[in-house]
Amino acid sequence: MHRFTALLLLVLPVAGVFAGGAAWVMVPGGSFRSALKYEDGGIARIAKFEMRKRPVTNAEFLAFVQTHPQWRRDRVATVFADARYLSQWPSSTRLADDDQAAQPVVDVSWFAAQAYCQAQGARLPTWREWEYVAAADETRRDARKDPAWRERILGWYARPSSGPLPRAGLQAPDAYGVQDMHGLVWEWTDDFSSLLVSGDNRVQGDADKMKFCGAGALSMDDRENYAVLMRVAMLSSLEARDTTNSLGFRCAKDLP
Amino acid sequence: MKSATCRHALILVAALATAALGGCSASREDASPTATAPPETGGSLKGDFGPPQGPEIKAVLTDPPMVPPPTGRHAPAKVVVELDVVEKEMPISEGVTYTFWTFGGTVPGKFIRVRQGDTVVFHLRNMPDSKMPHNIDLHGVTGPGGGAASSFTAPGHVSRFTFKALNAGLFVYHCATAPVGMHIANGMYGLILIEPPEGLPPVDHEYYVMQGDFYTTGKYREKGHQPFDMQKAIDENPTYVLFNGSEGALTGDKALTAKVGESVRLYVGNGGPNLVSSFHVIGEIFDKVWLEGGTRFQENVQTTLIPSGGAAIMQFHLEVPGSYVLVDHSIFRAFNKGALAILKADGPENKAIYSGKEVDAMYLGDRAAPNLAAVATAATANQAGTLTQEDQAKAGQALFAGTCSTCHQPNGEGMAGVFPPLAKSSTLAENPKRIIEIMMHGLNGPVTVNGKEYNSTMPAQTQLTDDEIANIGTYVLNSWGNPGGRITKEEVTEARKAPPPADAATGQH
Repeated sequence: MHRFTALLLLVLPVAGVFAGGAAWVMVPGGSFRSALKYEDGGIARIAKFEMRKRPVTNAEFLAFVQTHPQWRRDRVATVFADARYLSQWPSSTRLADDDQAAQPVVDVSWFAAQAYCQAQGARLPTWREWEYVAAADETRRDARKDPAWRERILGWYARPSSGPLPRAGLQAPDAYGVQDMHGLVWEWTDDFSSLLVSGDNRVQGDADKMKFCGAGALSMDDRENYAVLMRVAMLSSLEARDTTNSLGFRCAKDLP
Repeated sequence: MKSATCRHALILVAALATAALGGCSASREDASPTATAPPETGGSLKGDFGPPQGPEIKAVLTDPPMVPPPTGRHAPAKVVVELDVVEKEMPISEGVTYTFWTFGGTVPGKFIRVRQGDTVVFHLRNMPDSKMPHNIDLHGVTGPGGGAASSFTAPGHVSRFTFKALNAGLFVYHCATAPVGMHIANGMYGLILIEPPEGLPPVDHEYYVMQGDFYTTGKYREKGHQPFDMQKAIDENPTYVLFNGSEGALTGDKALTAKVGESVRLYVGNGGPNLVSSFHVIGEIFDKVWLEGGTRFQENVQTTLIPSGGAAIMQFHLEVPGSYVLVDHSIFRAFNKGALAILKADGPENKAIYSGKEVDAMYLGDRAAPNLAAVATAATANQAGTLTQEDQAKAGQALFAGTCSTCHQPNGEGMAGVFPPLAKSSTLAENPKRIIEIMMHGLNGPVTVNGKEYNSTMPAQTQLTDDEIANIGTYVLNSWGNPGGRITKEEVTEARKAPPPADAATGQH
């Protein structure tokens, strides 16, 4: 019996990190006040959905490019990914070591992330879904009113990005059972291109006219929520073919 | 003694026939006049142009952001000003209301414009439904209290007093009834422009903007009606810092407007009650600033300081279209307390002056890939059976940074009252090995660390492997004045067999 437990423990973390069948978490629906100022009012209805427990790892993404070689860095169409795409790998089909395998994949374009999720029968989460889950801490589904929650997230921003990325799933799961929403990498969302925070955040409420067309945010409703603000500012600086050293993704799925 | 020294120095300087005056401040008479120095206006001494002439004139008063037209007069006149004091609830931000006390129903109050030498007959009317008595202190008045004592007016009363406007300039007026700070904090201020006899040079647009700081019991943007918070006011810790009394008073549809090729003059006051403004227009340079609202102008200014209870006039010419943002460049006030306004300039682009974004290309930079060498080294050494305590602590440090540090902080100090410290921890000193159990099962309920009680939940770190717990534990025990020692993977594996302790977090995972 003891031996069996030990064996299970030994296998579990490895399975969690490398398994092709990634762990999914059911996120119950609910209503939610976004920190962004939406045209249709602040309260969003979130339908229940599934979200990946962790960001996609290098190992998982490597498995994808091996079965979908058009997404290899040496074969990808330049309109779908910039020259930095997957440049952290020693070659287009090989990872440096086990540590890299367990790290979240970064330097992926939105197109590539989207293709990955599609191949899993999934999609990228919407911004509202992402923000809904990211409002949680380990014990509460909406911890945003707690200054300690904000401090913890700001602590991540304050840390230099020169160090190595920890493995995906190193942090404790939140109240939904999802890990690494904060403190690891930025993440693509399906509708990132409609997050239109002005490049100059001082121009609140008077952004250029072209920026009013999107379905997304006009400005922030909750300005103390720096955590969200910085995510949005980051995403709104990008185009779908762009990649950065700290931007990864996870997938989501509709539930019937 | 000090003045004697100064005089002595002055005589010396004069004897040397030089204009440079060392360290002591000299009166105007003492300073050697040079040919380039502009003549004095003479101030109030030369501001009386005799008795009022012509018919009595009723002053045109305007609501912000508008400014009354120039007086256009060349002789002193008798000017009647009638100002109502109105206490009213108005929005201070979207979905937030505040009970303002106002001069004329707006914050700031009505703009008053007269000419130097005018005789101003001032009627202050306090509305019958006011709760408070009010008065007015105009900084443009020569006389004790600036009119305050003569204008003290009970609800449902009207007071009258008369003054001669002897000094030209842009002046703040405000209520001076006790408690003065509260009356000002509630919005009781405005501007009076006393034009110099020759008037001011013509411009295309004149606008009226006034900064004020506001103190509400609720937080910034907390919805509903918000009462005044006296303690925050005393602490000089405003909830809002605003232009023209409400967030959004000068943005969106209410933005100031002008066209490319036009010149704009801003009359900007600062009502306070507490803050000094670092007034700046993003994307513009003031061609002229009449500092402190006085007679002389400085040229080519980026940011101008406007004291509480002070004002400044600034002028600029618009070359390029777009949104220009007025801010208090104490910049958190602009973004987190509301101190911003927009001036929208329409007109043709001028790429020779400003191109807009020309290039957005990828920049690869110098990429030295960081890696988890310490963790890898520890893993390899573990397999080879050569793992040392140092290997473990180094690996643990990298792991700690990626997980524990978000609560316990990179230096192990924790967060006061919320997350207990790991540095010099009394809990770890008592029983170093307990760190295994705490990581594995979490910790729920009150705990006393280093003499302070903490009562929160640390979840069970179920995501950590036995290796990771051993390495993190070893790192923590050997850091920040903790007792040292080593946690092995085998110890962790063994500990998993024990039942969770009573204070384990009841994790849902």
